[in-house]
Amino acid sequence: MGNSPAVIETSGLSKRFRGGQLAVNGLDLTVPRGSVFGFLGPNGSGKTTTIRMLMGLIEPTSGTARLLGSPMPKAARAVLPRVGALIEGPALYGFLSGRDNLLRYDAADPTADPRTRTARVGAALDRVGLTAAAGKKARAYSLGMKQRLGLASALLQQRELLVLDEPTNGLDPQGMREIRSLIRELAEDGTTVFLSSHLLDEIEQVCSHAAVMNQGRLVVQGEVAELAANARGRLVVTTPDTGAAARLLKERGIADVAVAGEDRVSSELPPDEMELADLNAELVRAGVRVRGFTAERASLEDAFVALTGEGFDVAG
Amino acid sequence: MSRAEVVEAPRRDPEPGPARRPGVLWSLGLFRSELVTVLRRWRTLALLVVLAAVPILIGIAVKVDTGGRGGGGGGGEGGPAFLTQITNNGLFLVFAALAATLPVFLPMAVGVVAGDAVAGEAGSGTLRYLLVAPAGRTRLLLAKYVSVLAFCAIATLVVAVSALAVGALLFPLGEVTTISGTQISFADGLLRAVAIAGVVAVSLSGMAALGLFISTLTNSGIAAMATTIGLLITVQILGQIPQLHAIGPYLFPHYWLSFADVLRQPVYWDQLVKNFELQALYVAVFGSAAWARFTTKDITA
Ligand SMILES: Nc1ncnc2c1ncn2[C@@H]1O[C@H](COP(=O)(O)OP(=O)(O)OP(=O)(O)O)[C@@H](O)[C@H]1O
Ligand SMILES: [Mg+2]
Repeated sequence: MGNSPAVIETSGLSKRFRGGQLAVNGLDLTVPRGSVFGFLGPNGSGKTTTIRMLMGLIEPTSGTARLLGSPMPKAARAVLPRVGALIEGPALYGFLSGRDNLLRYDAADPTADPRTRTARVGAALDRVGLTAAAGKKARAYSLGMKQRLGLASALLQQRELLVLDEPTNGLDPQGMREIRSLIRELAEDGTTVFLSSHLLDEIEQVCSHAAVMNQGRLVVQGEVAELAANARGRLVVTTPDTGAAARLLKERGIADVAVAGEDRVSSELPPDEMELADLNAELVRAGVRVRGFTAERASLEDAFVALTGEGFDVAG
Repeated sequence: MSRAEVVEAPRRDPEPGPARRPGVLWSLGLFRSELVTVLRRWRTLALLVVLAAVPILIGIAVKVDTGGRGGGGGGGEGGPAFLTQITNNGLFLVFAALAATLPVFLPMAVGVVAGDAVAGEAGSGTLRYLLVAPAGRTRLLLAKYVSVLAFCAIATLVVAVSALAVGALLFPLGEVTTISGTQISFADGLLRAVAIAGVVAVSLSGMAALGLFISTLTNSGIAAMATTIGLLITVQILGQIPQLHAIGPYLFPHYWLSFADVLRQPVYWDQLVKNFELQALYVAVFGSAAWARFTTKDITA
């Protein structure tokens, strides 16, 4: 459905900062209309830089970006009123109240009707649960309150696309849940949501699609279910007879059998033609006291680590 | 599209109706928001308070100085322009206060506001949200420049109004003796005071453009303010060096004090026009430079 299938489309998008740093390298990204798209990647992998290029804040070194079907940054004034954004955290005027901050940002949009401004600002404040604190100076806001106000500024209008850079950063658990349900709500209304995050279970919970960046390159993109499925799950047998169980699993040709601790044997999942229940029955028949027999589904986290590596240090 | 799809379609369409169009007058909202934001900073208010205090100090000093001797000639030859006439006519405090604040205080205040205009917002990150709103780079820069000009006018008015109030309170008001020696009515004198305030405000427009340009060069508001004010002081010093008189006429403060020519009878236009031309040149050069820089700049903060 929809006239243009992709709301974000980049081809060969690259950014080299002064000083030779290639922050984004030949990015070909396609975000389908109506999706909730998770944008993943370790620190410094180029997520924010990509978002800045999409929003026309920085000029790509090479390649092109299209937003809602129009080229950026050329069509910025036509496209951006239909896009709400939170980029690298909120930025506020500390000496203005939360409400006045939103009034100012709304006044900056030449397509925003001043007659409905107060009402829209009120609705946005309400949507992020800030109505009670709206009169307080933004300087006195907590990190989570600032984050909420930043989100409110992205919600001043009905948007076709929301670009949210780490939207739940600094929020309390209730706040995170609210934001997640807000994102689902918006998506149901037909808004496409593009969100970057480090919280993999968050992405897994709310996103229909995801892409993974690593060191400026796109590693993979697709539907979340597919990405998680690509990382193989594991079979875990809980039993005091670890030796016997491991031997039997190896005899059946199952790969990567390992004894973990006192009473756990884990391995790769057997090939699809092998029925798990039969395998379990066979273990029992062989006298293994099976206390638990589970096929653990791979999480997006497993997929993520498999794609971007275990290393903790930020790539320079 | 199948029939069934049409029937069960409570799901709202992703296209939010017709595209919103910018209203013709709605753009003024950005300018108003700019000016209000500038004026709501404590820093701006503090600057205006200092500017308002200058005429009060001058007025009190003149009163104390001459009060003991019961009127008379006053400050003598070496004092700043118009000082000697204040005791006869409080209106001259307006001219004296503008003459006293124009070389340093007024341009310094303008330098603070202009220097902070873009750099301050870049530093705090609010610039990126204005730009994705989308304010439009040219439009935002224009709104910023116009609001700095408005500040020039407000700052000048604050000095003039404060001076007029203090002058009326402490000294007699009456017919005005022009620099040419002729007498004009108080009403005519008041009119000329308004004209002089206008000339002073326009005199600051070149400085405002320079400050705005410097503001587009950095992401630190403080650095931009300091550079702008440093440049003002440097230019004022260069203007004092006799060996450099060749470049003098191209320095933006060169004709600033020509506003006194409004007080001649008839008004002596030569230097005033030169001042306006020089300011226009600065606005054109640094305005274009600021535009060229700001519309191509990577916003990374
Ligand atoms: N203004 C800049 N000048 C030079 N290099 C920069 C600049 N901004 C970012 N970089 C570099 O570009 C790379 C990508 O940075 P970016 O902010 O896009 O990462 P990110 O994926 O958003 O990381 P995080 O998860 O920590 O937010 C980093 O190596 C960073 O050092
Ligand atoms: Mg980032």
